Amino acid sequence: MRLSKFDFHAPKTISEAIELLQSKGPDARLMAGGTDLLMKMKHGAVKPPCLISLKSVPGLNAIRFDESAGLTIGATALLSEVAEHPDILRHYPTVAQAARATANVQVRNMGTVVGNLCNASPAADNPPIHMAMRAVVLIEGPGGKRELPLDEFFRGPGVTALLPAEIVTGLRVPRMPVNAGTAYHSLSARGKLDCNAVGAAVMLTLKGKICEDVRLFISACGPTPLRGRKAEEMVRGKELTEEIAAKAGAEAAEESLPITDLRASADYRTEMVAVLTRRVLKEACQMALTSQPA
Amino acid sequence: MTQKHEPGECRCSRGLTRRGFLSTVGAGVAVASAAGKLAAQPAASQGADVLPSAEMTPITLNINGRTHRLLVEPRWSLLFVLRERLGLTGTKVGCERGECGACTVLMDDLPRYACMTLAVEAQGSEITTLEGLMRGEELGGVQQAFVEEDAFQCGYCTPGQIMAVEGLLRAHPEPSQEEIQMGLSGNLCRCGAYVHIFKAAGRAAQLKRGQ
Repeated sequence: MRLSKFDFHAPKTISEAIELLQSKGPDARLMAGGTDLLMKMKHGAVKPPCLISLKSVPGLNAIRFDESAGLTIGATALLSEVAEHPDILRHYPTVAQAARATANVQVRNMGTVVGNLCNASPAADNPPIHMAMRAVVLIEGPGGKRELPLDEFFRGPGVTALLPAEIVTGLRVPRMPVNAGTAYHSLSARGKLDCNAVGAAVMLTLKGKICEDVRLFISACGPTPLRGRKAEEMVRGKELTEEIAAKAGAEAAEESLPITDLRASADYRTEMVAVLTRRVLKEACQMALTSQPA
Repeated sequence: MTQKHEPGECRCSRGLTRRGFLSTVGAGVAVASAAGKLAAQPAASQGADVLPSAEMTPITLNINGRTHRLLVEPRWSLLFVLRERLGLTGTKVGCERGECGACTVLMDDLPRYACMTLAVEAQGSEITTLEGLMRGEELGGVQQAFVEEDAFQCGYCTPGQIMAVEGLLRAHPEPSQEEIQMGLSGNLCRCGAYVHIFKAAGRAAQLKRGQ
């Protein structure tokens, strides 16, 4: 299975990569780990005449944690590096969990978190929790640098808000608020190895026992990861009882827009949105309760 | 670049039959060393001038502790180069789409799919293939464990399984059952020999500890 011919570029700086994207036109493709792009090329779905790899840009694979600024994940930081990074495991356990839930060992040693975002699959493992945690996409392009909240980044399956010749250089995830908890769960036919049939992630902030703030995102049930706004409303300002969690689950199921495909039927997805929503809400609440000072 | 090279004429693979190759060089390190010599040949090959040199890129790969210099097209996968250019056929062709794990190699001790790695991007990494696990003519620890535990039926996925276990044990010398299962999650066995494969991984950890 040979790939079609392409020119291969390995720029050493981001500005060089942007210039290449500009000069080579819209058919040129940017590549981090290549686990999505090379497969599309093998299937013949895309035949880019020019590949621009970001792997040779020094420092772009950095993972940085700062007490005030939070976490920054560089564009070429591997999924396995994010899954095992001590600061991420400590301060962003659900971010590590989502990275660990992505594909399998070999793919995690090749693919990147930012690549998983830029591929813009509605079923991807990493977007929901980063959206829930108010992650910001760091973008560089011909017009300079800009930042975009991740929940405004996805525009459809495989479509992002990136403008021509723009590059995502990294992702910044703010620190979790005090008294907050996070959770992510997904379901797939082969025990999390394959593409998800449905996923749910939440960040929930407590004041005492009352849910002060909550951000819920459902994946694989619409053209992009969807925000469960009505489900959030059900929870906000209340104590998360079993009953409230169940009602929120029902609202999230109502809000989701699943289709039937080879991974699951729309009916199954709808049912599972309710189950996973309930589960992540309760888990995040538990985490927030245990993080509170006694 | 003035060197002319015709891939179809490369003696690394096409100049030798599989049987002749195996009977000449035996196995293991001998394979690696012979491949090393063969790899040096493209520069001197007298193939017809078909591909303009601009389309071939000289690269240097570090495989099983040996340095290989060769000419590649950017689109060639590491898997293609290992097997068809260097004769290192221990790495198997499976799905070629990053799912089955038959082509697993270690790059800087991490298991990766050679089918989804461009050869040009494999430069600068220490690459270990199945051939690199041999200790002279003796099997390496993981290979020995697979023999002891009868961890295969048809054997096609076995090289990839062995490389995944090798990578797992380099990171986790004493893996739990769950770590073994997760460590092998990127390798499919169509015959379903998983129970024996997991046992072999545990046995390999013991052998590596000298038990």
